[in-house]
Amino acid sequence: MAQTTVNPQNRIAVTTNWKTWLGVAPFFLFAILFLFLPSLRLFTASFSAPDGSFTLNNIIQLFSEPFIVNAYKLSIQISAVTALGGGILGFLLAYSVTVGGLPKPLRSVLITFSGVASNFAGVPLAFAFVATIGRQGFVTQILKEVFNIGIYDAGFNLYSFMGLSLVYMYFQFPLMVLIMAPALDGLKKEWREAAENLGANTTQYWLKVALPVLLPSILGTMILLFGNAFGAYATAYALTGGRIGIITIQIGAQIRGDVLYNPGLGYAMAIGMVVIMAISLAGYSWLQSKTERWLK
Amino acid sequence: MTFITRLRRFPFWSWLWFMTGALYFILPLLATFEFSLSWDPQYPLKAYQRAFEDQRFWNSFMYSNMLALTTILISIILIVPTAYWIRLRLPQARRIVEFITLMPFVVPAIILVFGLIRIYSQPFTVPFTDIVILQPLTNFKMGTNILIVAGYMVLSMPYMYRSVDTGMRTVDVRTLTEAAQSLGANWFIIITRIILPNIRSALLSGALLTFAIVVGEVVLASFLGVSAFGPYLFLLGQHRAYEPAALSFVSFLLTWLVMGLIQLVTGSQEQAAGAH
Repeated sequence: MAQTTVNPQNRIAVTTNWKTWLGVAPFFLFAILFLFLPSLRLFTASFSAPDGSFTLNNIIQLFSEPFIVNAYKLSIQISAVTALGGGILGFLLAYSVTVGGLPKPLRSVLITFSGVASNFAGVPLAFAFVATIGRQGFVTQILKEVFNIGIYDAGFNLYSFMGLSLVYMYFQFPLMVLIMAPALDGLKKEWREAAENLGANTTQYWLKVALPVLLPSILGTMILLFGNAFGAYATAYALTGGRIGIITIQIGAQIRGDVLYNPGLGYAMAIGMVVIMAISLAGYSWLQSKTERWLK
Repeated sequence: MTFITRLRRFPFWSWLWFMTGALYFILPLLATFEFSLSWDPQYPLKAYQRAFEDQRFWNSFMYSNMLALTTILISIILIVPTAYWIRLRLPQARRIVEFITLMPFVVPAIILVFGLIRIYSQPFTVPFTDIVILQPLTNFKMGTNILIVAGYMVLSMPYMYRSVDTGMRTVDVRTLTEAAQSLGANWFIIITRIILPNIRSALLSGALLTFAIVVGEVVLASFLGVSAFGPYLFLLGQHRAYEPAALSFVSFLLTWLVMGLIQLVTGSQEQAAGAH
C-alpha cells in the first residue's frame, strides 16, 4: 500500500482541521472588529469624494496641498531629529553603564529610570517641561539669574519645533537605553581579546568589530524611536494646545471637524501615516533579523 | 598606583554621558515638584490639597482605574487562551497572530480612534436592508465604554501578548497540559488552575504595563468624550497653574510605582537571562 509510511510532517497537517482553528477565533474576531475594520474603513473612505463617488483626489491632495505636505514634513523632521538625538544619547548612556566602566549599581538605577521615563508621556510630561523651561521655568530662571543667559531672548521657544523635540527626547532616549543595554551586553569578551591579540587598538576595535555588529540594532531601534515620535499626539497637543502643525494634530482637528470640510481627505491623511509607520516597522523587523545573527 | 594611571582609568566620558542623562531625567521632575510647592510659601502642600479636594479628580481617576482593570481582565481572557492554544495545537498560527499583535504600532491611537468612531457611530443594520440591529455604540454610555475598552485592548495588545508568550515559553505548557488531562481536568480547569498560576509574574508585568498605558491616556478618552483622568488633567491645565503640576508629579510617582512593581515581579527572571 502506498499509505503505510506516515510522514510526521503530514500527520501534523492532518490533525489540524478547522476545529483547531476555532481556538483562536475569538482573537481573530476581536482583531477584525476593532483593528482591521476601522483601518479598512479609513482606507476605502479615503478614495471617496464628499458625494460618495470614487476619486483619487484625496490621495493626490496629500502630495499637493501645502498644509498637509508641511504637516508630514514637520512630523518627519521632529521624529527624525528626536530619533537621532535620542538614539545617540541613549546609546552613549547604555554604553556608559555596560562596557563604559561605571559602577554596577548605576546600571540598575538607569534601567529603572528609563523604564519609568519611556512610559511617562502625554499631558504630565508637557506640564513638567513647562515648569522646567517655560518662560518662567525653573531652569530658565536659573540660567537667567545665575549665568545671565536669557534663552528666550536668544530665540528659544518651548512651543516650537525645538521645544517639542526637547520634550520628545524625554521618552525617546530611555527607550534606546532599554533596548541597547542588552545588545551591548551581547558583545562577547572574546571578540575584544581576539582583536587586541591581532594588534587592534580601542578605536579600531569599535570601528571594525563592535559597531558593525551593533549597527543593525542601533539603526533598528532608531527606526522604532522614529515611529514612537511620529504617532505621538497627546504630548504635542498638551504642550502647544494644537498650535503646532504636525500630522497627528492635523488629523485630530479633522476628527473634531473644525478645520476641513472633506472627510475623505482626513482619511487619506490617516492612511498616509499608516503607510509611513508600516514602512518603518518593516525596516525595523528587517534590521532585527540581521541583528539576531550575532547578538542572541 | 600613580595619579596619572588612576586618572587614565577613570571613565571620564562615561560619567559625562551618565550625568547628562541623569540631569535630563531629574530636572523636569525637580522643576515640577518645586513649582507645585511654590503656590503658598506658608503652606507648601496647598496645590496637592486643592487637587485632591476636587471631586472631579476622584471621579475621573477612579473611572480611569476601572477602565484599566476592565481592559486588563478582558485582555487576559482573550490573549491567554489564544497564546496557549498556539503553543499547544496551532503553531502555524504563530506568525499571523504575532503580526496582528504588532499592528497597533502601525496604527497609532489617533488613527485607531478615527476609525473606531467612523465605524461605530453608525447603526448596525441587517446587510442590504434598513433594519437596525444595534444603535451606534457612540450614542449610549455602555457602548462608549465598550469602544474605549476595546481600543485600550488594541493599544496594549503588543505588550500583553509578548508578556504572556514569554511567560509560556518558560513553563512547559505541553507537559503540564498532558499531566492535567491524564488526571481528568477539562480545558477550563487547565487554563485557570494550571496555566494562569504558572505564568502569574508574566501576567502581572503585562497587566502593570497596560495599567500605565491606560490610566493617563488622552487620545481615545477625549475623542470618545469620556471623563477619564487624562482629559481631566488636560482641562485642568487650561485653567489652573499649580494643581496640574501637583497632579503631574503624582502621576510620575504612580508610573514609578508601577515600573518598580514590574521590576520586582520580573527582576529575578531578567537577571537570570542576563547572566548567561
